[in-house]
Amino acid sequence: MSAMPDESQTSIPGLEMETNGHYAIAMRDLHVYYGDFLAIKNINLKVARQKITAIIGPSGCGKSTLLRAVNRMNEQIGDARTEGAVFFGGHNIYEPQVDPVEVRRRIGMVFQKPNPFPKTIYENVAWGARVNGYRDDMDALVEDSLRRAALWDEVADKLDQSGLSLSGGQQQRLCIARAIAVRPDVILMDEPCSALDPIATLRIEDLMHDLSDQYTIVIVTHNMQQAARVSDFTAMMMLDEADRAGMMIEYDKTDTIFTRPSDQRTEDYVTGRFG
Amino acid sequence: MSPAVTSPQPDQEFNVRLEQRRRGGALWRTAFQLSTIVGIIALTALLYNVMDSAFGYVAVENSVDPASLAIGGVPLEEQSKDQLVRVLQANVSAGLFRRFEDDQPFAERGRDSVLALILERVVEPQVVETWSLTDSLLRRSEVLAEAASSYPNAIVRFEAWIDPDFVSTPQSGDPQRAGVRTAILGSLWVIAITIGFSFPIGVGAAIYLEEYAADTALNRLIRTNINNLAGVPSIIYGILGLAILVRALEPLTSGTLFGLTDPTSANGRTILSAGMTLGLLILPLIIINAQEAIRAVPGSLRQAGLALGATRWQTIWAHVLPNALPGILTGTILAVSRAIGETAPLVVVGASTFITVDPDSPFAKFTTLPIQIFQWTSRPQDVFRNLAAAAILVLLALLLAMNASAVLLRNRYSRRLSG
Repeated sequence: MSAMPDESQTSIPGLEMETNGHYAIAMRDLHVYYGDFLAIKNINLKVARQKITAIIGPSGCGKSTLLRAVNRMNEQIGDARTEGAVFFGGHNIYEPQVDPVEVRRRIGMVFQKPNPFPKTIYENVAWGARVNGYRDDMDALVEDSLRRAALWDEVADKLDQSGLSLSGGQQQRLCIARAIAVRPDVILMDEPCSALDPIATLRIEDLMHDLSDQYTIVIVTHNMQQAARVSDFTAMMMLDEADRAGMMIEYDKTDTIFTRPSDQRTEDYVTGRFG
Repeated sequence: MSPAVTSPQPDQEFNVRLEQRRRGGALWRTAFQLSTIVGIIALTALLYNVMDSAFGYVAVENSVDPASLAIGGVPLEEQSKDQLVRVLQANVSAGLFRRFEDDQPFAERGRDSVLALILERVVEPQVVETWSLTDSLLRRSEVLAEAASSYPNAIVRFEAWIDPDFVSTPQSGDPQRAGVRTAILGSLWVIAITIGFSFPIGVGAAIYLEEYAADTALNRLIRTNINNLAGVPSIIYGILGLAILVRALEPLTSGTLFGLTDPTSANGRTILSAGMTLGLLILPLIIINAQEAIRAVPGSLRQAGLALGATRWQTIWAHVLPNALPGILTGTILAVSRAIGETAPLVVVGASTFITVDPDSPFAKFTTLPIQIFQWTSRPQDVFRNLAAAAILVLLALLLAMNASAVLLRNRYSRRLSG
C-alpha cells in the first residue's frame, strides 16, 4: 500500500485507469505554487475508493493545499499554479478540456468553519442541486440528503428556518448534507471538526463512518486521535527544511502509521514528541 | 497608584500612573463629546434658521378694498356668479377681460373660479412686510402694534409659507401664489433618471472589478482613478454634461431621435441630460460603495457555492449579491441624497429658472428644488426668502422620505437574509 514519492512510481503507465476501479483519485508528481513559492511538491498518492483517507502533519505543511488541488479550488486563489496530474474517473482533471465546475460537483468539499448559506435549511441543500440542473423531486432529495447527514430528525419541522439558526455542529452536518445533495463521488473535508465541541465532533465522525459506505472521503485533520479513529489510510505530510515546500513522507494503512510507522519523523509526530 | 489595590510586592518595574491615564482618557472623551455637540448645534441652527423664515406674521395690503366691491350691500363673498363676472368686468381692462374669456369662457367657469380671479386680479393682495417666527411668537404684541402703525390698511395674519397649496401649485411671479409643484416633479424625474442610469452601471462595474477583474496593473489604475473621480467638483460634471449630453448627444437627449418632440423647439437641456449628468456624478460613489459591500461578503460563501459545482456567476447571483445588497443600497442612498441636493451641475446643464409646466417626459424642460431655492434666494424682494425657506423644508422632507424608504427596503433585505 505504500506510495512513497519515488521515481519509479511516477512512470507507471495506466495510473489514470486505476481511478476507474479500486482507487477514486490518483495524484502523480503534483506540485502547487503560489506565485514563485512552491507550496507542495512531488505528491504521489492513490486514494482508495469508499474509504476514509486522512492527511495529517504539522501546521503549514500544505495539507489544505493538497486537498484543494483535488477539486481545483486552489484556482480561486489568484496566482496559484498546479503542475503534475490528478486523475479522477480515468481523466486528469487538470487537462485543459476539463471544466473545473464539473470537477467540483463530482468532488465535493466541506470546510473548516461551518459556512451554510444565509438562506433556509431547505434552500441550503436544494441550491447546489438546482444550479446543476437537478430535475427530479427536490423535496425527496432534500430529505434524503439531510437523512444521510444525520440531520433530518433535528430539522424536519423547521426546514424554512435559516441555516444560520442551527448550532455549530448542526451547521457542519448541514454543509455535509449540502455537499451530498449534488451526488458527488468524493467528499473532501478540511478540518471539519476544528470549530466544534467534542460531542459535535463525535457525531461528525460517526457520520463520516456511515458515509464511507458510499463516498470516498479525504479528511485533513490536526487531531491525531481523530485520524486514528475514523480513517482507513493516513498520509503524513511535512515541510522539507531545504526548500520550505510540503511533501508527503509516509502513506500507509492508518493502523500501520500509528503503530509501526516506517519513518522516524512520523513516529515522533503521532506520538506527540514533535509538531 | 490606586490605594485600594495593594500588592504584596511593590512593582518596581511599573510606573502605573493610573490617575493620569484615567485623566487622559476622560479628556479625550470630553473632546469627542464636544465634537458631537458642535455638530448637533450646527444642525439645530440650520433647522431653526429655515423654520424662522418659513412661518411668521405677514402684513397683506389689498390694492382695492373688497368692501368697495359690494353691489347694493351684497358683499363679494355672497354675490352670484353673474354679479361677480360684472364686478370683474368693471374693474379690469377690456383686454385682460377678453384674455380671461379666451383662456376659458366665463360661461364654463364656476362661481368660485370667478371669485378667485377677482381676489387675485382686482383685490390684488400684496405682502408688504413679513416677520420671523421668533418675533411672531415671542414679541407678538409688538409685531401687531408695529403692523398697525406702519400699515394701517393691511390685514395682519399668521402665515405658514409651507402648506398644501405651496406643494401643489406651480411656480409663479406672485409670491402669494408661487409653489414648488414643478420643482418637486422635476426633482423626482431627474432623480429617477439618475438612479436608473447609475445604479445598474455602478453595481455592474463593481461586480466586475471585485469578482472578475484580475489584479493587474491596469485594473489597479482603474480602481485608483474611480476613487479620484469621486472627488472631482460637481461643476466639472456639469460642464461634461453640457458638452457631451446637451450638445454632442442633442438628438438623443432632446428626444428628436425618437421623433417624440418637436424638432423646431427641442433642445438638449432636458431631464434626461440632467439625470444622466447627476448619474455620472454619483457613479464613482456607487461603484466604490458597491465594491466595499461586495468585498465584505465572506469568501467562505463564494467557496461554498463554487465547491458545490456552481459557476462563478451562479455563486455571485445567489450568494454574493444578496448579501452585498444592504450595503449597496446604503451606498446608493448616500449617493442619491447627494444628487438630490446638487445645484451647480444643473445650472450648467441648463435647468430652467422659471417654468410653470409640469414635466411629462424625460425630454421635457425642467427645474429642480435646489434650483428653485437658489433662484428665490437671489430675488431682491424679501418675501421670496420665506418661499425659499419653505422650499428648503420641502426638499428636506423629500430627502427624508427617500432615505426612509430606502432604509426600510434595506432592513427588509437584511432581515430576510439573517432571519
